[in-house]
Amino acid sequence: MYSLEGVWPLPQIFTSSIERYPLNPQAFYFGYGRQSAAQFGCSVLDAAFIRYYSLIFPDYTGNGVLRFLEDKPFHIEINVDHDDCESYPHEDSSEKYNLSVSAGKASLNAETVWGAVRGLETFSQLVYQDDFGSYFVNQTEIDDFPRFPFRGILLDTSRHFIPVHAILKTLDAMAYSKFNVFHWHIVDDPSFPYQSQTFPDLSRKGAFHPMTHIYTQSDVRRVISHARLRGIRVLPEFDSPGHTKSWGKGQSDLLTPCYSGSTPSGAFGPVNPALPSTYQFMATLLKEVSSVFPDSYIHLGGDEVNFSCWKSNPDVRAFMQKMGFGVDFTKLEAFYMENIVNITTFLNKTAIVWQDVFDYHELIPKDTVLHIWKGSPANYRKELSRMTKAGMRVLLAAPWYINHISYGQDWRNYYTVQPLNFSGTAEQKKLVIGGEVCMWGEYVDATNLTPRLWPRASAAAERLWSDEKQTSSVDKAFPRLQDFRCKLVRRGIRAEPLYVGHCKHEYQGV
Amino acid sequence: MTSPLQLALLLLALGFSRGLQHHYPDQADQVDGEAELELVAEPSKFGSLWPLPQKVKLSAVSLKLTGVSFQIADAKGSSAGSGCSLLQDAYRRYYEYVFGGAKRQQQPGKGRRAAGPAVLTELQVWITSPDPECDGYPGVASDESYELTVDQPYAVLKAPKVWGALHGLETFSQLVYEDEYGVKSINSTTISDFPRFAHRGILLDSARHFLPIKVILANLETMAMNKLNVFHWHITDDQSFPYLSRTFPQLSQQGAYHPYTHVYTPADVKMVVEFGRLRGIRVIPEFDTPGHTQSWGKGQTDLLTPCYSGSKPSGSFGPVNPILNTTYDFMSQFFKEISTVFPDAYVHLGGDEVDFSCWKSNPDIQTFMDQQGFGKDFSKLESFYIQKLLNIVATTQKGYMIWQEVFDNGVQLKPDAVVHVWIGGGANDEMGKVTAAGYTTILSAPWYLDYISYAQDWQKYYKVEPLSFNGTEEQKKLVIGGEACLWGEYVDATNLTPRLWPRASAVAERLWSAADVTDINDTFNRLSVHRCRMVARGIPAQPLFSSYCPREYKGV
Repeated sequence: MYSLEGVWPLPQIFTSSIERYPLNPQAFYFGYGRQSAAQFGCSVLDAAFIRYYSLIFPDYTGNGVLRFLEDKPFHIEINVDHDDCESYPHEDSSEKYNLSVSAGKASLNAETVWGAVRGLETFSQLVYQDDFGSYFVNQTEIDDFPRFPFRGILLDTSRHFIPVHAILKTLDAMAYSKFNVFHWHIVDDPSFPYQSQTFPDLSRKGAFHPMTHIYTQSDVRRVISHARLRGIRVLPEFDSPGHTKSWGKGQSDLLTPCYSGSTPSGAFGPVNPALPSTYQFMATLLKEVSSVFPDSYIHLGGDEVNFSCWKSNPDVRAFMQKMGFGVDFTKLEAFYMENIVNITTFLNKTAIVWQDVFDYHELIPKDTVLHIWKGSPANYRKELSRMTKAGMRVLLAAPWYINHISYGQDWRNYYTVQPLNFSGTAEQKKLVIGGEVCMWGEYVDATNLTPRLWPRASAAAERLWSDEKQTSSVDKAFPRLQDFRCKLVRRGIRAEPLYVGHCKHEYQGV
Repeated sequence: MTSPLQLALLLLALGFSRGLQHHYPDQADQVDGEAELELVAEPSKFGSLWPLPQKVKLSAVSLKLTGVSFQIADAKGSSAGSGCSLLQDAYRRYYEYVFGGAKRQQQPGKGRRAAGPAVLTELQVWITSPDPECDGYPGVASDESYELTVDQPYAVLKAPKVWGALHGLETFSQLVYEDEYGVKSINSTTISDFPRFAHRGILLDSARHFLPIKVILANLETMAMNKLNVFHWHITDDQSFPYLSRTFPQLSQQGAYHPYTHVYTPADVKMVVEFGRLRGIRVIPEFDTPGHTQSWGKGQTDLLTPCYSGSKPSGSFGPVNPILNTTYDFMSQFFKEISTVFPDAYVHLGGDEVDFSCWKSNPDIQTFMDQQGFGKDFSKLESFYIQKLLNIVATTQKGYMIWQEVFDNGVQLKPDAVVHVWIGGGANDEMGKVTAAGYTTILSAPWYLDYISYAQDWQKYYKVEPLSFNGTEEQKKLVIGGEACLWGEYVDATNLTPRLWPRASAVAERLWSAADVTDINDTFNRLSVHRCRMVARGIPAQPLFSSYCPREYKGV
């Protein structure tokens, strides 16, 4: 009936007893401790109380519930050290919390509101119902904090447009698994759905449809605000110089004209790195992006640049000569990326780039984060060693390309990844800031996103949050993840099954 | 008053990308998606018809339709009148699909006069045979053919039976498109259509995971959009027994995942059967025995074989116990009930994957084997059981389908038995063997849709040719169709619908359209629009490749 480890991802330090306390929805109270820096009026926590009340009491309708005199009230008291209620979560935000559940009372202590939000999630997972529908919570003591500060999910809204409500639902589910970064791969070759204030033609001409398949500024604000309330950062990616076909439709002269022989073929390649106008455009666009997205990081892409079009273009070749690059187009790519990274530095933002940038050009600003996406475990381990040895911070995505589906329980592969199992010093290991689950969009849109993402991404969530030694057994994780998956379904998340079986409350949609 | 055929609009502006496939890891097992990038969405000359009709003549003459005046009505000479609720329901359904809901109707006379020459005001549905079969159930021999003529002033849909009319209505709805002003339009068209195979099915497994009725109905609805006509309901299995039997209520009471929330009541079953009937879909239940019956044992003592460990019962149970008379008494009563609950002329009796180890361990079974002279050949015991079961079911006036093992083991089958081929790849040797023995067969082996893989696996399903086995013309005629199977180990209501569609649509066209419909580029174009149509109708059918639909899925 009740599993002592019914929390996903598993907290770092967790003790509980069989002593249990009844909870009555009509006598359950959230409150702020007297010492707490945050008090009523704290937007993040006030909103969290409202959300978690329904998550803790999923059956409660507000009417027809008998209240018995012997039902004692239950108070959950929150204490936070900093009043960061109106801020955004950031790379150094503490997510640590301490949760202590005793008779009639739970105390939740955290340094920040973000830690308190994590603790509320944990508390909601501790509450269970008996066969008669009564709610209980056991005596529990938890000290918890994430293993890695960066635990992300990438959604690709260019290959298919993902309606805003589907993004918001994903953010809800992310909070249930304690993910804290939404990496928004917002534009790419197939479409440019971001409606830019400065360059409205980009989406007018580059989106699948200029009216229905775009993210307006208010859509973006809504996503950022929904994420903030859940302690989730929104990291936008504007990938260049490759993956930019859709940009060219609304911004002439941005892309490189490809040549066939001595005449332009009519096709276009990557961003044209030989023109000053390119850098003016990128600076203006990134300036807008950096003011629209409050996070201090911007993802600049930089992956999979195809050189054939650059090679074909005589102006680009002339530029290569002028710059003394010879015929090494990786130098041209490096030149371009260096300029773009400098723009973000000037804008007070930290850049994240895909590993390709480092592979071609190891001399990039030291605070740039490298994002590993390629290769087998042996390959990415080598890459982790090499990059951290160079003193660079890294983010691991290679083992979590969750868009690649296969038959059976592939969550086991995502679970057994060992992000720090590479050769390197303790100092090097500290440079691994976390990991990311990537859901590329070739075959994914709102019809199948949720069941493909959940609960498979939750397997990675535990790897990135919990202690590796305590969570090394896939077989032990299985019943807990099954239980957690049913919780997600109960919360309206269309999370697919791990294997045969049933949930008490099945998904009731189509 | 003609305007050129605007196929670009009909295609709903599919903007496919030929860009690099982002982030394709350099791992050998993942490169097989690359070839698919060659597909580029372009308008098909057949618009968005799916599955492609046998004969299509599209003209450039375009007519407008308006929800204000347009009607679907019985033709004067039709043998089905307004009392044929099956058709009346279908008219309403397709009106809503075409116009997206009710539009205020004018007086018919007025509307038509105001309409002008380039307007289509009516689709007349004409059932030509004296018995339209309005109140009947579809069967393997049902006539599903129809002829559709779209022309001024009326479009006419002629079909011998209501079953053909249902398909014709779907086809009509697929011909309608929006012009650049959002006006519903249809081109003058002549279609003559009939299915290549009579049995075109989907298997859903409600035992490994319980499937709420709602999701079953939504998939029947989607089957109709794809002209599929058999719902093979694999209703029970080892894991659970959700069928609430009136005769043996303890079967679901004990054997379902939950006796109240995870069962199909008689009313539920009736609803599924009727919902199917109204869409020309047969519902064939499968009660798989003697293996795959662990859940049966919970509510029916002595039904399963007690396994032994040495000389003592181990406490676990194996397949149905074939040596007890009580087993056959139970089966007689049970299948008598089934024969009245499910109106279809066929029941699927399973008979696959029987594990002999438990039978071997049981001393009573060993004694029985000796008495019967079976020696150590347990397949003889299996055949003994199946033979008796088949005879029991034959007395209920039902035909039966069985998985291929039953045939492989040499069980004597009724001439009208259908052997279901599931082992191996495409159309394989087994099809040759079964048909050489003179039995009717259906193919599922290449269409196990529960086996998912990255990228466009629908193409693999599409390229199957069911008759490509070695055999005579006579043998090929014994292949009556196929089924796409979505087994339930990893599937429940959360992911069933996007996993099934549009992958099962590929199977649907293979089973309906002519054998020479194999142009994968044209197919991609039509299927892309067809999937967007399913999405627009509220079905979360997953995408084929990077692109968009004019109306994206509104759920999450």
